[in-house]
Amino acid sequence: MNNKNYLFTKGVDNAFIGVSKAYSFVALFFKEAFKRPFHLREIFNQSFEIGIKALPLITVTGFVVGVVFTKQSRPSLEEFGATSWLPSLMGIAIVRALGALVTALICAGKVGSGIGAELGSMNVTEQVDAMEVSAINPFKYLVVTRVAATTITIPVLALYCSFLGLLGSFVNVHAQEAISLATFFENAFSSIKFLDIFSSLFKSIVYGFTIGIVGCYMGYNATQGTRGVGKAANRAVVLSIFLIFIEEIVIVQLTNWIRYF
Amino acid sequence: MGNTEMHITNKDESVISINGLYKSFGDEHVLNGIDFTLLKGENFAILGKSGSGKSVLIKIIVGLLKPDAGEVIVLGKQVDKLNRTELDNLRMRVGFSFQSSALYDSMNVYQNLAFPLTMNFRDLSKKEVGSAVEEVLESVGLTEKLYQMPSDLSGGQRKRVGIARMLILKPEIMLFDEPTAGLDPITSGEIIELINAVKKQNNASSLIITHDLTCAKNTGDRIAMLFEGRFLKAGTFEEVFDIDNEHIKGFYNYNFIQ
Repeated sequence: MNNKNYLFTKGVDNAFIGVSKAYSFVALFFKEAFKRPFHLREIFNQSFEIGIKALPLITVTGFVVGVVFTKQSRPSLEEFGATSWLPSLMGIAIVRALGALVTALICAGKVGSGIGAELGSMNVTEQVDAMEVSAINPFKYLVVTRVAATTITIPVLALYCSFLGLLGSFVNVHAQEAISLATFFENAFSSIKFLDIFSSLFKSIVYGFTIGIVGCYMGYNATQGTRGVGKAANRAVVLSIFLIFIEEIVIVQLTNWIRYF
Repeated sequence: MGNTEMHITNKDESVISINGLYKSFGDEHVLNGIDFTLLKGENFAILGKSGSGKSVLIKIIVGLLKPDAGEVIVLGKQVDKLNRTELDNLRMRVGFSFQSSALYDSMNVYQNLAFPLTMNFRDLSKKEVGSAVEEVLESVGLTEKLYQMPSDLSGGQRKRVGIARMLILKPEIMLFDEPTAGLDPITSGEIIELINAVKKQNNASSLIITHDLTCAKNTGDRIAMLFEGRFLKAGTFEEVFDIDNEHIKGFYNYNFIQ
């Protein structure tokens, strides 16, 4: 076999091995997640940490996204004399898509890389082995708690981001037209259905799980010392973002099917 | 070498018994048929240069690695046949001190020591945990470092905390992986004294993996020399280094015996 063929088959082999390892990792998560002990305190600590880490960035980004989107949408609506639709347009855009997606992308960068680096560092410095030999299940204590924390916290952050986005939008609309906060929110929510809120919440849960499990997987399997830690953090971000976009497409498609069913 | 030197005939007294142990990583054969017995109350030192398979051997004993072939019996249990719960029960009776100390760097000394205790004995009160932590810290002579972070400790102090963390579960067997690696001779001497003292206090058996002749000589009741995945010779220090083997002689000549 020539070298090119060998490299190709080795690459294919590695891809299948990688998928199989990732599948086993996710399966182990579900196996361990519903078994005692639940480490609720650690889940709370991790949720708090994740929330605190991402909150400032989400506050700024959410608000700016609301302002900028409203500003960019206004000229197009003005052409048709439909600026009064701005609140409902922004309501749909932020609740259906932007809130969850922006939060997920920020958390993939901020939280996912942090988890990847932290677990990677613990792995290469034998802290994970130290837990094992102390009769503590490191997968349960480190992985299950972090994935649970991201799955719980990211939907909450997404709601917060959506609220701030709408607030930013209101500030922009209010600067141009005389509209009260209550009227703005009433208009914004007039076009939003239960399905929109449900799908947005469902998306955030899926994104939260993805960010947690990818970060943990990369960190837990880190090798090659400090270089491996950097790689784990980097891969955690890249793969999380890639998966989030795929999930976004799939969930939007499913929601649309349900909507028009 | 003959297995008779490695195995002690009184099986009832053995706490670790290893027979025909093999382990490879890809094409690299790390352990090529290891046999030995660790007796109750005994200190057994395994000497060997870096890459000779010492750390792999000790990791197989606590079930961190699986053997390719052979039998590893620890406190009457065959390690590679145990399920997770059985393995955890066994690990609570076997302490492990890492070469790098492997302290949890996000926890202070108190939390590092309390962690194995609180995770394994959930009904313990804060007071009970606190007094257990103070007791083990006192036994390693570090009571004043209770709330310091691992990053603020010296190499020797980290080793001591690592040993204290191992002691907190009151193990019947203590496994030391390169306890004096990276330490100056004075600190090494202190760690050697500590190993002997904690062994006496806990009435435990110890397996010491080291490349340091001074450490092996001063801690081991018996010593074995590991070379290319096999034991070259075992016995007392004098017996091991009294034979005409170029690897053993070479190892001896590169070390300074105190």
